[in-house]
Amino acid sequence: MNRRHPGISENQNYNMPYEAVIGLEVHIHLKTKTKAFCGCSTEFGSPPNSQTCPICLGFPGSLPALNSQALDYAIKVGLALNCKVQEYTKFDRKHYYYPDLPKNYQISQYDLPISRDGFLDIYPQGIKKMVRIKRAHLEEDAGKLMHKEQSSLVDFNRTGIPLLEIVSEPDINTPTEAYEYLASLKSIIEYLGVSDCDMEKGSLRCDVNISIRPQGIEALGTKVELKNMNSFKGVKDALTYEIGRQIEALESGGEIIQETRLWDTVSAQSISMRTKEEAKDYRYFPEPDLPPFIISQKKIEEIKKTIPELPREKMRRFIEEYGLSEYDAAILVSNKNNADYAQERLKAWPDKNKKPVANWLIGPLTALASSNSIAISEVKITKEDFLELVDLVENKQIVSNLVGKTILVEMSSSGKSPSLIIREKNLAQVSDVESLEADVDAALKENLKSVQAYKEGKNNALMFLVGQVMKKTAGRANPKVVQEILKRRLA
Amino acid sequence: MELHSQSGHQLLDLIKNKKTTAKEVWESLESRVRAIDTKVNAYVRKDEKREPSLKPDSQQEGKLMGLAVTIKDNICTTGMNTECCSKILKNFSPPYDATVINKLKTNAASIFNLKANMDEFAFGSSTENSAFMATRNPWDLDSVPGGSSGGSAAAVAADEAIWALGSDTGGSIRQPAAFCGVVGLKPTYGRVSRYGLIAFASSLDQIGPLTKDVEDSAILLEAIAGHDQYDSTSVDIAVPDYKKSLGSGIKSVKIGIPKEYFIEGLDPEIKKIVGEAIDQIKKLGAQVQEVSLAHTEYAVAVYYIIATAEASSNLARFDGVQYGLRVEAGKDSSAGMIEMYKKTRGSGFGQEAKRRILLGTFVLSHGYYDAYYLKALKVRTLIKQDFDHVFKELDCIITPTSPSAAFKIGEKVEDPLKMYLSDIYTISANLAGIPAISLPCGFTKKGMPVGLQILAKPFDEETIFKVAHAYEQATPWHKRKPEL
Repeated sequence: MNRRHPGISENQNYNMPYEAVIGLEVHIHLKTKTKAFCGCSTEFGSPPNSQTCPICLGFPGSLPALNSQALDYAIKVGLALNCKVQEYTKFDRKHYYYPDLPKNYQISQYDLPISRDGFLDIYPQGIKKMVRIKRAHLEEDAGKLMHKEQSSLVDFNRTGIPLLEIVSEPDINTPTEAYEYLASLKSIIEYLGVSDCDMEKGSLRCDVNISIRPQGIEALGTKVELKNMNSFKGVKDALTYEIGRQIEALESGGEIIQETRLWDTVSAQSISMRTKEEAKDYRYFPEPDLPPFIISQKKIEEIKKTIPELPREKMRRFIEEYGLSEYDAAILVSNKNNADYAQERLKAWPDKNKKPVANWLIGPLTALASSNSIAISEVKITKEDFLELVDLVENKQIVSNLVGKTILVEMSSSGKSPSLIIREKNLAQVSDVESLEADVDAALKENLKSVQAYKEGKNNALMFLVGQVMKKTAGRANPKVVQEILKRRLA
Repeated sequence: MELHSQSGHQLLDLIKNKKTTAKEVWESLESRVRAIDTKVNAYVRKDEKREPSLKPDSQQEGKLMGLAVTIKDNICTTGMNTECCSKILKNFSPPYDATVINKLKTNAASIFNLKANMDEFAFGSSTENSAFMATRNPWDLDSVPGGSSGGSAAAVAADEAIWALGSDTGGSIRQPAAFCGVVGLKPTYGRVSRYGLIAFASSLDQIGPLTKDVEDSAILLEAIAGHDQYDSTSVDIAVPDYKKSLGSGIKSVKIGIPKEYFIEGLDPEIKKIVGEAIDQIKKLGAQVQEVSLAHTEYAVAVYYIIATAEASSNLARFDGVQYGLRVEAGKDSSAGMIEMYKKTRGSGFGQEAKRRILLGTFVLSHGYYDAYYLKALKVRTLIKQDFDHVFKELDCIITPTSPSAAFKIGEKVEDPLKMYLSDIYTISANLAGIPAISLPCGFTKKGMPVGLQILAKPFDEETIFKVAHAYEQATPWHKRKPEL
């Protein structure tokens, strides 16, 4: 009798089971060299207003001219999201007054978006769910305001950077699904190489629409728009909070007001910004400075050819070709550079069993990379050296797993090959029974309690004793051999 | 004859034959402006200091040989303010030259260092809506010069300019050309780059020449026409040698006279004069027949919906943030920014600008868009189809330029609808995107000039020049000068 929705906190009890209906609007910066409608650079982090011209500043008499790379990127994303690319399309003006919008209208698309009617499959808890994409349209970004005590400053560097707004249908039902959707979308777009998708730098932004309804009821509840989340986790937290808030409101006999709410990360609450009565009339109309245009089938086919293998296909292939678990494969493909890096090594590993390589990529190598705050593809270890180490540890058992990890660190700092490091530091594993006997003797003498415990049937004690021997040999002893000696001696 | 009284092509010949220099012409113009512009008021901001922009002798190699061109106050010029004769653009000095200015410079023209008066943001038909002053008609100082390019037209008519650029959204070149007895051409939409023209209605605006005769119109159009990568609405069609279309006769030319243009509201005197002009053209051998442009009666309504919708959007950027006028909100105000917007726009825009912004905002508003804006777009298509249909059979269309000659200053300022109707014959060309010229075709009994309008199919300015030139050469009207 599960009366709660998975997205709703477990420690609350409600009279009714509710379902959340969520749609996401994601804005991504397209990584074009120049802005959407002028020749200014799009580089992040330059001095304020250093990347501006009469066009992006909306100076009187200036006119926009479309950057064809922005259009190509927008089409590419549309195709990757299984959308229909609009053959005949146009731009429209969206009007609102704000000092970060120099023309007081934004060049956007209203009724003929570049692409529409696509879908994205997500896998929350491993189960496939399709989220339909309503539309993806091209528009220009606004500038950035910085508020001082007595005044506000505006930086127009970001003004005119091409944005793709990707709008989902309200097919998402839980905060976790929303998170999964964002993660898959980001991953796909990174694979396409058309955006950095960095929420901190503002190159990916997300607004959500959410309503709740009693489970089993078809009619939609009143919709609330949430803004100002600055991480995927923030989106998830805001949704969890908002679902709770809406249920509380309904349960206590109140009603939901159609409004826009801002998520406040510090207080972990959403705050009302404006209600429907204050909703703006954007007065959309066709942008007369940019004539409508045709996207040819030929262009679409050409762009299609530039779409690389996407994360989900790559994952499937990793599972099939390399026999990896779904878990391992999912980790390896989540980032394109890492996936390419991993693929190179998996492919070059001569054995049929690729698991050892996958383990070393996901385990020690990932740990090493993240301790240096870099991607695994940036670790300075050649493919050959890396695979040699895996071979030395896993197949030849020249060194133990533990020593292998320290060798990996050494390899990345010195650039030396693993065999050279083993030779220089005399790290080769000792598997010779005779040379280990003395250390085993000493360990047994020093740990009589554990010896006793083992004899009473406690198997853990044996592992402890193995550890003691390893310690004495500075990790060089072959743990399997030590275990065999111990078993024999204690029999 | 003094230098400033000559046409552009006459002066080019004189310079070529070393009879004069661009510098002498410039000086002649300056003395003419000093002598009479206090009466005519064709130029604005005359007391401001500005760079002399006469090309040095060394840079006069090129088609226009250093001759000065007068520029309307809504076309961006570096080193000279461009204020659209509006308080809201006070002291706006553009950081760039409009494409037409660059083209003129490439053709070795000098840019005259005074800007021509206009109705604020080109909103008007009399130049009375200028925030600075009203320009007077050189033929009668109590009459308007027409508008919105009234300053450019009056300057050319009064020999204060050799030639000038204006802009035409619904007749703003042709109607003042008719009122002042000069030649004014609105090129095909897309023929001339709009980059640097401060927009009124982007889908209708077009820059064009105001000149003393048809040959000058052809020379100046050729200098400014052509595709521009900075204006996506400019069209990539080669610019012909327009002078070649002059003087070839009009024997085989087929001309239509639209019956919808000769109905009530047309001044009988104008009707008679235009009728005589048509007879003259028949005598020159053209085949003239009556045609119908069935949707003509809707043109003014359609125009004032589309033009104001676009204007309300284009003028949104004048908010006091980056340039031009800013009226601070005052320190006690809590909503400082919104107050600043309101005060700046409230005091920066004149009455007609406010009227058009309100009208345009209304027709684009939620709930009204379909009934007004969308409907207007549909009728615009019908108007264009009327012309397409006629041009399948015929080469050009001839009409009066305006239903009356120049009216008195103040006569129509209180009645915007009456004012709007003075563009009734010129608006359709903008809606259809086709080229149209106005040239002098006679004078009223009171001695005021009357304009004849010739329209042709898109990018067929050559036919317009051919017919206009043939008529002009057969009549004396373009030679008459106002007494000042």
